[in-house]
Amino acid sequence: MLILECPYCGVKACETELSPGYEAHLKRFGPGSTDAEFEDYMFARKNPKGVHFERWRHTYGCGKWFLAARDTNTLEVFGTYPAQSSAPPEDLQAKIKAKRPDWKGYK
Amino acid sequence: MKRYSVFAIAKEALNYHMGWEKAWASPEPKKQYDAIIVGAGGHGLATAYYLGKNHGITNVAIIEKGWLGGGNTGRNTTIIRSNYLQDPSAAIYEKARSLYETMSQDLNYNVMFSPRGVMMLAQTHHEVRGYMRTAHANALQGVTTEFISPARVKELCPILNIDGPRYPVLGALWQARGGTGRHDAVAWGYARACSAMGMDIIQQCEVTGVRSEGGVVKGVETTKGFIGCTKLGVVVAGHSGQLAEMAGFRLPIEAVALQALVSEPVKPCMDVVVMANTVHGYMSQSDKGEMVIGGGTDGFNNYTQRGSFHHIEETLRALVETFPMISRLKMLRQWGGIVDMTGDRSPIISKTPLGNCFFNCGWGTGGFKAIPGSGWAMAELMAKGEPGALAEAFNMWRFKEGQFIDESVAAGVAH
Repeated sequence: MLILECPYCGVKACETELSPGYEAHLKRFGPGSTDAEFEDYMFARKNPKGVHFERWRHTYGCGKWFLAARDTNTLEVFGTYPAQSSAPPEDLQAKIKAKRPDWKGYK
Repeated sequence: MKRYSVFAIAKEALNYHMGWEKAWASPEPKKQYDAIIVGAGGHGLATAYYLGKNHGITNVAIIEKGWLGGGNTGRNTTIIRSNYLQDPSAAIYEKARSLYETMSQDLNYNVMFSPRGVMMLAQTHHEVRGYMRTAHANALQGVTTEFISPARVKELCPILNIDGPRYPVLGALWQARGGTGRHDAVAWGYARACSAMGMDIIQQCEVTGVRSEGGVVKGVETTKGFIGCTKLGVVVAGHSGQLAEMAGFRLPIEAVALQALVSEPVKPCMDVVVMANTVHGYMSQSDKGEMVIGGGTDGFNNYTQRGSFHHIEETLRALVETFPMISRLKMLRQWGGIVDMTGDRSPIISKTPLGNCFFNCGWGTGGFKAIPGSGWAMAELMAKGEPGALAEAFNMWRFKEGQFIDESVAAGVAH
């Protein structure tokens, strides 16, 4: 059972209380973007086997979206942080790097 | 390859069954092949088989990280049907279904194809309209299906409760020529036929990199060293994203877990496959008597081949109203497979940015039924370098063009 701590209300929520929202930090390009950029935004996904950053919603709690760092190969959760972040927080990245020395870092 | 037949059994019976040869060889890899297929699951082995049978290319290696047929080919609910809405899907799944009909004779290996009939229940008015539309589309596509009444549903599957208060059965889309097959036998049969054509099936050999120069693939790095090839076919389902990364591009694919489970064995009680898409569950009875039950996918990226427990609970809870008898059944085993989901829930059989590298992936939750058709289309693509009529619509650039083959809407459910 996956348990994520909601960064807003502090509740340690099990996955029945949450809705998954797939990859985080997708960048939407403006009206002047190329077709390739828009295709990337819409469809191309990192889908890593290992460290992944993704969106979750505390649906049956405070109802807010937040972001989580998780290992897709072991289901280990590294931490959660607010959805207003444009990149994973430095301290969380350091924590992941300590646990996964082979991790190439957030790109 | 010694043919399997009633005479072979009689002969071996006199010989205490000591004379059976191994179904396939396990050779060490050669330095260079005309074609390498990564992934010895059903789709990969079928691709290799039709490369040899239809196109005469037999200097082929099939490289497998684990053991052959040990991925999703061994982890599905063995349902075979072709009642899809969109023309490209109906064409390739119907090709696959028709190849299943003669597969045992073709491979000289009993794949136990059982055309027992597949019934997709309509439990809302929306579904009634949707399946009537699919039945009309199927008529135009040459796929034999019909929309049947609740009374006929009850006649075909008496254990169904058609008067449920929440999910009454309002009709069903019935494909009499759909059914089930023996999933392992499909992989084993293809492997035996490939091996007999002189192809090398290399198990316990993980691909760790794709070596390319100037946009042309030279071969693959593996745990057994570098293996060169003229053409590379990647048919690895859940791990397609990893292989694409090694090859230097991204795919519109997310890997998620899909679970299935079986009950304790009971006496024969249903001789059709029933899918209840509104409640997200489907069920059939295996030859051993187990009720084979599948549900929906988990909603997050996952490579562990384990799913979330609550999804099983949801599937069973929803199915209990439609199949009251399962409320007292004990569930024996549960398993998960890693499925590769595309944006439009349709597969990718495609050329790639690398000239001699081809991908067959994105079958998501509907791969087993497609194995022979998928292999047929992929073999044609690899042999000719251009897709044939079956594969053309499934190219990976359809997402850029917006030419989706939108089966997620057509089925209203993971399929």
